[in-house]
Amino acid sequence: MALLEVNNLALSFAGLHVIKELDFSIEEGSIASLIGPNGAGKTSVFNCLTGFYKPTAGDIVFNGKSITRRKPHKITRQGMARTFQNLRLFKSMTVLENVMSGMHCRSSAGPVGAIFRTGFQQKEEATINEFSETCLDFVGLLGAKDRVASNLAYGDQRRVEWARALATQPKLLLLDEPAAGLNHDEKQQLIELINRIRDQLNITIFLIEHDMGLVMKVSEKITVIDYGEKIAQGNAEEIQSNPKVIEAYLGKEEDETA
Amino acid sequence: MVNPTNTPSTGISGQDNPGGLSGWLYPQKNRMFILMTLAVIAMLIPLVSNNYGLEVMTNVWFYVMLCLGLNIVVGYAGLLDLGYAAFFAVGAYTTGILTSQFGVNFWLTIPVAVCVSACAGLIIGGPTLRLRSDYLAIVTLGFGEIVRIIARNLEITGGASGLIGIERPTIFGFQLNQIIHFYYVFLILAILACFVSYRLQHSRLGRAWQYVREDEDAAEAMGINRVAVKLYAYVIGAIFGGVAGCFFAAKMTAISPETFMFQQSVLILLGVVLGGMGKIPGVIIGAFALVLFPEVFRGLGSMRMLVFAVVMLIIMLYRPEGIWPAKKS
Repeated sequence: MALLEVNNLALSFAGLHVIKELDFSIEEGSIASLIGPNGAGKTSVFNCLTGFYKPTAGDIVFNGKSITRRKPHKITRQGMARTFQNLRLFKSMTVLENVMSGMHCRSSAGPVGAIFRTGFQQKEEATINEFSETCLDFVGLLGAKDRVASNLAYGDQRRVEWARALATQPKLLLLDEPAAGLNHDEKQQLIELINRIRDQLNITIFLIEHDMGLVMKVSEKITVIDYGEKIAQGNAEEIQSNPKVIEAYLGKEEDETA
Repeated sequence: MVNPTNTPSTGISGQDNPGGLSGWLYPQKNRMFILMTLAVIAMLIPLVSNNYGLEVMTNVWFYVMLCLGLNIVVGYAGLLDLGYAAFFAVGAYTTGILTSQFGVNFWLTIPVAVCVSACAGLIIGGPTLRLRSDYLAIVTLGFGEIVRIIARNLEITGGASGLIGIERPTIFGFQLNQIIHFYYVFLILAILACFVSYRLQHSRLGRAWQYVREDEDAAEAMGINRVAVKLYAYVIGAIFGGVAGCFFAAKMTAISPETFMFQQSVLILLGVVLGGMGKIPGVIIGAFALVLFPEVFRGLGSMRMLVFAVVMLIIMLYRPEGIWPAKKS
C-alpha cells in the first residue's frame, strides 16, 4: 500500500502556476526522490505536503487519510516530518533542546503540570529527555548535546536537524536537499544514515536533492519535475536514460539557456 | 534620608552580586543557597527600614510581579505587548467592583479576577496571533487604551474619579492594613511569581515558547501548535497582571483610570527589557532599577527623570541584551 498518494496536485500564486496536475505515490518502506532543475517547484511540493502552502487543487492522502490543507503541526503529528533546505535550527538553544522540540507533538503536559511538577509531568519530561538522547545517539551527536546549536560545524547542524525530525517519530521523513553544503565524507555518512533510518527505524524517506550521485545511489524510485509538471518517473537507470530528463537538465540543442 | 536610601540599596546589591560573576555556573546547591540568603534579606528588611523604605520596597515587589508577568509574553514567547497595564487594570477593577459595590470577600475576588484577566488575555491574543512585532505593538497599545477608556466611562467602574473604599483583606480575622503587612504580601507574591516563571520556563510549554520565538515555521514543522502556545503566553501573562492588580486595589483602597495609563505599560516593558528579556534574575533587577532609581535620586529634583532616561540609554547601548548576562554564549 502506498504511504503517500498525491493526486492532481496544483499550486498557483496569483496566476503563476508553480505546480501543475502532479501525481505520484510513495510506497511504505521505500526511499524515493524528487528531482528537477532549479525553480522546478520541488520545495513547493514539500511545502504543500507539510501544510505550509495550501494547494489550489488536488488531494494528498497520507497513511490512508486526506491531509490536504491541514495545518503543519497536525500533519507532523500524523507522522510526517521534514527538514529544511536552509538550516532552520533554534540557534540559541542547546542541541538537546533542539531535538526535544520534536517530542512536543508526542507529549501533552500543560502549564498546571509544569507549575506543580506532577508525577505525570516528571515522567513525561524524563521520556522526552531519553528519547531525544536516543535520536541524537542515532545520528552520532550525543556527545554534543549540551552545546549551543549555532556553535556546531555545519555538517553537525544538519545532523541535529535530522535528529530533531526523527524525534517526532515519523512514518515518512521528507529531506529537503540533505547533502547541500556537505563534503565528500559527510555525504557518504549521509547515504549510510538514510539507509539506516529506513532499515532500522522503518521510516519511509522522500528527498529532494541536487547531488545526482547521491540520488542515484539511494533512491528506489525517482520522480522528475520541471516547471511544476512531472516529466518522468522510474528507477535510477530509467531516469538517467530518459530523453525528457536529459533535455530538462541540459536543454535541447537549439535552446542553450534552459 | 540616610535610612531610606540605605535600605533599598541593600536589596539591590544583594541582587547585583551574582550578576557580577559572569557565568552564574554554580551547582544547584550553591544557587539555592544564594536564593535563600536573598529571601532572608528580603524578609528582614522591615526590621531595619522605616515606612518610606517599606513603601518603596513594596512597590519593588509589586513591579517584580508585573514585570515577570509581562516577561512571559515578551521574554518567553517573544510577543511585543505595549498594553500590559490593561490586564493589571482588569484585575484591580474586578476586585474593586466586587468588594466595594457587591460586598464580596476580597479573597473570593481573586479567582474571579483570574478568570476575567484570562478572558482579557484571550481577547487580545486571539485576533493578534497572525501579527508580527510592530503591528502587534500597535494593536496591544490600542487595547490598553480601550480598557482604560472603558473604565473611565462606565458607571460601575466609577468613571474618571474611579473607585474608593475598597475593603482591606483579612486573614483569619486579622486585617491587613499596615504597610508592613502589604510588604510581606507583595514579597510572597513576587516569590510566587518567580517560582511559577521558573517552573514554566523549564517545562515543555516554556521550551515551546522559545521554539516559536526563535523560528515560528520550524516550530510548526516540529508539530508545535503556534496558536495554542501563543495564547497560553497571553493568558498566563494576563493572570500575573490580574492577580497583581487585585492586591494593588486592596493596598491602595482606591483606584482610578489614570493609574493604568500607557506610561504604566511602557514602564513595565522597560523593566523587562532593561534587565534582560526572558531571564528571571534580569527581570527582577529591571524591576528594582525601575522603582529604586527615581527614589534614590530624589535629591536631583525634576532632573531625575532626565538622568534616569540617560542612564537607561547608556545601559541599552552597552548591554543591548539587558543588564543580566546571557547564560549561553
